[in-house]
Amino acid sequence: MSRLTDSNVVLAHEIIERYPRRKSALIPLLHLSQEQNGYVTQDAMKHLAELLDITPAEVIGTATFYEMFKFEPVGTYVINVCQTMSCALLGSDALMHHAESKLGIKAGSTTPDGLFTLEAAECQAACTEAPTLQVNYRHRYRVTTDDFDQMIDDLRNGNLDDEIPPHGTLGRNRQHIPADKFVGAPDPDDVTDGPAWIPVTVGDDS
Amino acid sequence: MTTAITRDYTVGFYEGDRPKIVTSRFEYEDSHTLDRYLSTGGYDGLKKALEMGPEAMAGEVKASTLLGRGGAGFPAGVKWGFTPQGVWPRYLVVNGDESEPGTYKDRLLMERDPHQLIEGSLIACFAAGLSQCFLYVRGEMALAQERIAEALNDAYAEGYVGKNIMGTDFSVDVVLHWGAGAYVVGEETALIESLEGERGMPRLKPPYFPAAVGLYGQPTIVNNVETLANLPYIASKGSAAFTSVGTETSPGTRMVAISGHVKRPGVYEIINGTTTFRDIIYGDEFCQGIRDDNDLKAFVPGGGSAPWFLPDQLDIPFEGREAGAAGSMLGSGAVMVMDSTTDIPEAALTLTRFYAHESCGKCVPCREGGTWLLRILERVCSGHATDADLDQILQVGESICPGSMPHAASERLGLEATPFPYKMTTICFVGPSAYAPLHSALTLFRDEFEAKVVPAPKRISIPVAVAGS
Repeated sequence: MSRLTDSNVVLAHEIIERYPRRKSALIPLLHLSQEQNGYVTQDAMKHLAELLDITPAEVIGTATFYEMFKFEPVGTYVINVCQTMSCALLGSDALMHHAESKLGIKAGSTTPDGLFTLEAAECQAACTEAPTLQVNYRHRYRVTTDDFDQMIDDLRNGNLDDEIPPHGTLGRNRQHIPADKFVGAPDPDDVTDGPAWIPVTVGDDS
Repeated sequence: MTTAITRDYTVGFYEGDRPKIVTSRFEYEDSHTLDRYLSTGGYDGLKKALEMGPEAMAGEVKASTLLGRGGAGFPAGVKWGFTPQGVWPRYLVVNGDESEPGTYKDRLLMERDPHQLIEGSLIACFAAGLSQCFLYVRGEMALAQERIAEALNDAYAEGYVGKNIMGTDFSVDVVLHWGAGAYVVGEETALIESLEGERGMPRLKPPYFPAAVGLYGQPTIVNNVETLANLPYIASKGSAAFTSVGTETSPGTRMVAISGHVKRPGVYEIINGTTTFRDIIYGDEFCQGIRDDNDLKAFVPGGGSAPWFLPDQLDIPFEGREAGAAGSMLGSGAVMVMDSTTDIPEAALTLTRFYAHESCGKCVPCREGGTWLLRILERVCSGHATDADLDQILQVGESICPGSMPHAASERLGLEATPFPYKMTTICFVGPSAYAPLHSALTLFRDEFEAKVVPAPKRISIPVAVAGS
């Protein structure tokens, strides 16, 4: 029951159309399926294989390489505490210990109510704002233990619903290319000529 | 969408009278909107480029000698020239997979000024004859994804992207592509694999340059976000204006993130080539010195992959060749500062753990070696290592990077610098990156590693006593 919904299939076709080869849409579609179900289900992977005309093994082969894809249910909020150098220099270890005791779980696991998953993460490109963490890939900067407690309470009470959507939702908006502006993405094998704006002599400027 | 992104970097950002090439709009809260972009000279560069024609525009970029800002520092105009003649289609892949430890600039450029990146990408497509652009943004950057999606939707609606841009025959789609969490994908051939829907593993080389054989086997230009963000300025103001800032070998500005034990960590746009590390770390308009007025112990000059510098190297300017000669590199513009309280082996451990974790597993020396280095270092830090373990680190490292390794000079140790680069037994730089910083830490601070090692006599005496009793 966790194949893509009809409306997501429409979206999937829109995404596939943007790539010269279908398989390029695989990672975006894995995100789409994760957004629908909170994680990537077996049925969804089979469905993606059908949509992209590849085998389910190819889908899982790619999907398992990437850390953002989860293959079993995770918390509504996935909390990633950065552990790399800049954050470590400014106390990420202590923050992680605090997070574990506050949530009553070890890094890598989910609270029994299914609300929070805690993970140790690598560099989140916010090094000047250390220590940092992300909740569903939304940054929180210079996090103190008090900030952490407050954040957990706010998440529990729904106070951050506007800012932080449930796990799986990557962006709260999406790129849409209007049909009349879409140039198209032909397979490279079907293209022989240079683009219209390029004089035939260009290309030898090395 | 209010998100807490207005931080200290803006405080220091507008102090001093430094030129702003890529961050000129950062002071505006609505810097990411099309309205703000258009009211501050947005898309003027593209207009100029369209008037100039592709050859002249490519010539401008070449004349600007704009160096790639992703890490390797290769001239962008020269890279574009590597595309083989008469082979079509050609693609542009924008590398927005910023994840090098310490690096925080591309995310800001994508979140705060997405249109500048889009315009830069279009100028590149126009000049190099690239018929489609893929904007590969790191998956963990949700806000950047949202901002770019919004910017693209607005730009399409107003005719700045897509079919017949600004009423000309220049037509290019810009497609926002989502990454999904893998550091190695920042390597350009791994990025292309990932964009083809595969596991993000670097490709065997040769061919060395995706400009010759890239996405779907076609000529493909892969450029870093910051590199492309410079193009609207170069197109609208001209290459001479660009080269008037910085030095001849390192023109323009650079985004640098300084983190760790400084009073005012932040991201700054600095003048390339002349600004020294002392300016950045101690300068009033930048980081204002070390926290609690502690002494500086060491600093990482160019992202987690870079060998470390000591206070001896503070007066080196932010210039690629000089940093290389001094035994490190500038990489992706990331300085991480350690004060006198820092436990050096523990600090090195955070980086070795990163690279061991991020190894894609394709090359044995990286897959196995990175993990070995991590295990040995964990043993050192937990007080279970022996003297032999420290030499073991060097032996494992030798299998990833044979021969002499770059490190800084140290007056304290009477040590001369060994310049960059190193040799490597892996396809990409992830493997050497697990070792290079650890090697320099061990070379420059061996005493600290030794202090954590279990003294040999004590170790031996225990089993002997047990056996004799």
